[in-house]
Amino acid sequence: MTAVPPPSGPRPSTRPPSGAAPSGPPPANAGPADTAARLTGLVRALRGHGLRIGPAETVDAAAVLDVLGFTDRERMRAGLAAALLRSDTQRTVFDAAFDLFFPLGVGTPEAVRALRTDLPAVPADPEPPRFGRPDPLRDDLRERLAAALAADDRAAQARLAGEVVEAFGRYGAGSTPGSDGWSAHQALGRLAPETLLARILAALRAAGAATDLSDLVLADEIRRRIRDFRALVTGEARRRIAELRGPEQIAERAVAPTVDRIDFLYAGRDQLAELRRTVHPLARKLATRLAARRRRAARGHLDLRRTLRRSLTTGGVPLRPAHRLRRPARPELVLLCDVSGSVAGFADFTMLLVQAMSEQFTKVRVFAFVNRTAEVTDLLRSGDDPARLAARILTGARVTGYHGNSDYGSALGDFAEHHLDAVGPRTCVLVLGDARTNHRDPNLDALRRIAARARRVFWLNPEQPSHWPTGDSAAPAYAEVVEMHSCRNAHRLGELIARLLPV
Amino acid sequence: MDSGGNGGSGGGGNGNGPANGTNGTGFFSSVTDAAEQLAATGYLASTAVATTVFLADRLGKPLLVEGPAGVGKTELAKAVAAIGQARLVRLQCYEGIDEARALYEWNHAKQLLRITAGRDGGWEEARDDIFGEEFLLTRPLLTAIRGEEPTVLLIDEMDKADVEVEALLLEVLSDFQVTVPELGTITASRRPFVLLTSNATRELSEALRRRCLFLHLDYPDAELESRIVRLKVPGLDDTLAGSLVRIVGALRTMDLRKAPSVAETIDWARTLLALGADTLDEGVVRDTLGVILKHQDDIRKAAQKLTLA
Repeated sequence: MTAVPPPSGPRPSTRPPSGAAPSGPPPANAGPADTAARLTGLVRALRGHGLRIGPAETVDAAAVLDVLGFTDRERMRAGLAAALLRSDTQRTVFDAAFDLFFPLGVGTPEAVRALRTDLPAVPADPEPPRFGRPDPLRDDLRERLAAALAADDRAAQARLAGEVVEAFGRYGAGSTPGSDGWSAHQALGRLAPETLLARILAALRAAGAATDLSDLVLADEIRRRIRDFRALVTGEARRRIAELRGPEQIAERAVAPTVDRIDFLYAGRDQLAELRRTVHPLARKLATRLAARRRRAARGHLDLRRTLRRSLTTGGVPLRPAHRLRRPARPELVLLCDVSGSVAGFADFTMLLVQAMSEQFTKVRVFAFVNRTAEVTDLLRSGDDPARLAARILTGARVTGYHGNSDYGSALGDFAEHHLDAVGPRTCVLVLGDARTNHRDPNLDALRRIAARARRVFWLNPEQPSHWPTGDSAAPAYAEVVEMHSCRNAHRLGELIARLLPV
Repeated sequence: MDSGGNGGSGGGGNGNGPANGTNGTGFFSSVTDAAEQLAATGYLASTAVATTVFLADRLGKPLLVEGPAGVGKTELAKAVAAIGQARLVRLQCYEGIDEARALYEWNHAKQLLRITAGRDGGWEEARDDIFGEEFLLTRPLLTAIRGEEPTVLLIDEMDKADVEVEALLLEVLSDFQVTVPELGTITASRRPFVLLTSNATRELSEALRRRCLFLHLDYPDAELESRIVRLKVPGLDDTLAGSLVRIVGALRTMDLRKAPSVAETIDWARTLLALGADTLDEGVVRDTLGVILKHQDDIRKAAQKLTLA
């Protein structure tokens, strides 16, 4: 591979490398109008992610900036967060948006530019070199990254993130404007920071930094540091691309949503873990809402017969309406969950949520299926590790028959055959699944039998409605038998549970 | 909703507007100053904490602090009170707390005594008399509003109180005034520094939240926590403090029923100091794990992690 000078194509937003560009957040000469525009841009972006921020809060935020000034970026971040945020779950969205609207600098980071002269030249060819070929730039960066991670030097890591994106993150350079950009994925793939773990561990152990039991948790800690570094690189790439396309557009697309709006079907392992932590707060919130509905519902409908009867004493004018009183019996709940790989995250979360809310119902029974149905209520005990719930169900219950693919038809048939006594006139049944039957018979009859016995049956489908009539989904057919709702994230699930469940 | 000046509207209150020209309480002069003064009282604050406390002080807005138990929410209020040499008025919330416990109450017994004692006097006289200052029992909120000296009002565990109490607080938090029907509106002559804490066992209402600055107080990062440990347990060896904080940090990332808080880290450090341990070997940890973990399940899980890894 031949080393050539860095790409010298036109860079729309990079400042002239005269070193005059201030590195502080927004340039010191930023007028009040500019700051106001940034602030309102930030607020709009946050609103786009479902945060409710009123004009009063925006005014507070402006007052915060007025008091704090622009000298210390972390203080600005903390101050704006105090004025704009209302809960901890909004923090990740805020941090990413803040980085876009109040970026650390413009163009190539200052520190990187200063280093530019003694850096090995950046190859123009973005293709990763094949295995075995020397790659001095990559080796150099990995070397310094390992040192920074071992020393837990945040400033050096931030500087390195800038360098890494600069060196490996650019794609489509020199092509038409709009198709070029910066990719954290590409940069991180090339750098592969995870593979540094063993090296850092060895270095730390050799240095005698950890001699006792804390050694055991050292690996976890290094992994966390590497994860933080990845986040730094992602943020840096986002900042660079925001310069090309404008922060509004990037804030809308590239900022990860708050955890309750993450799509169940596309949530990663970390996101699912984060989601599980919200189970109990969400359950408490829903319990309050259900209790409120129950209070209102206790009065019941107008009792026409008794109202008319009463009206006789007032000359036929119904002065005092009579209401029917409800019996305070709480509903029973039966959960029928597809636990096959494709929708496991959704089933998992809902089971835990329902378990956490169990005191809101007289009885909760949970059944799981892939192509056979088995009761798993006992496996859901609250003391056990919720992260391993799916694994426990797959090993501890007979949810599969001769093959491992999901088959709604035979699973529903199985339930209607063996467990129908779980369903009674006070039972509300929730079926959870994407209704993808692998082209087998949907067995609508079984679902009809369940629906006929139960008080209400709802189907919660983690796919969006536009996908229902595609592929092997039997959703439209099932939707004709029972009420089907699309339920793609925790926020929506909370809404549905609070609204649908009979009280 | 207005965070600006209050018109001091209506009523025969004894208020004469905020004492100093600004709305703030004026305890701190800058963020750095806030951090230094907090540190001087033994409260090591992160940037976020120092900034937010300074802003609450300067902008004169109540500060809502949310976070897990044992990270120093209540301590923060005490530290601020110590710095401002202010009186700390504390309202501990609980389920069923009401106006009479939070705001004010008429001293019925005394009123009855007054009526019986002054039977000869006219009705007019008695009526004016029994709804006077003398018969008013002030509760924390009113005490904080009426105080002439610098005051820190701590409303602790707000989430334990019922939703109705939040409505009660709104007037106090946005305008720093209390309306007593018989007396009129009492406006704060000197704004108290208001700090609310919550463990988030219940969603606080939107109306309450937007009157406050919000601070999520989480477990401190490793560096800050080892500084805290060294400050609180000066005799402990530095490397031991480092390892200790590292293990606690690792335990917090595990899925435990009750993650160890800062208070527990300090307890553990004290225990190790008392035992004279100079390294954290398996035996020491196994024997003392009960200091930081309070559930048998958690202890089992942690022991597994610390021996197998």
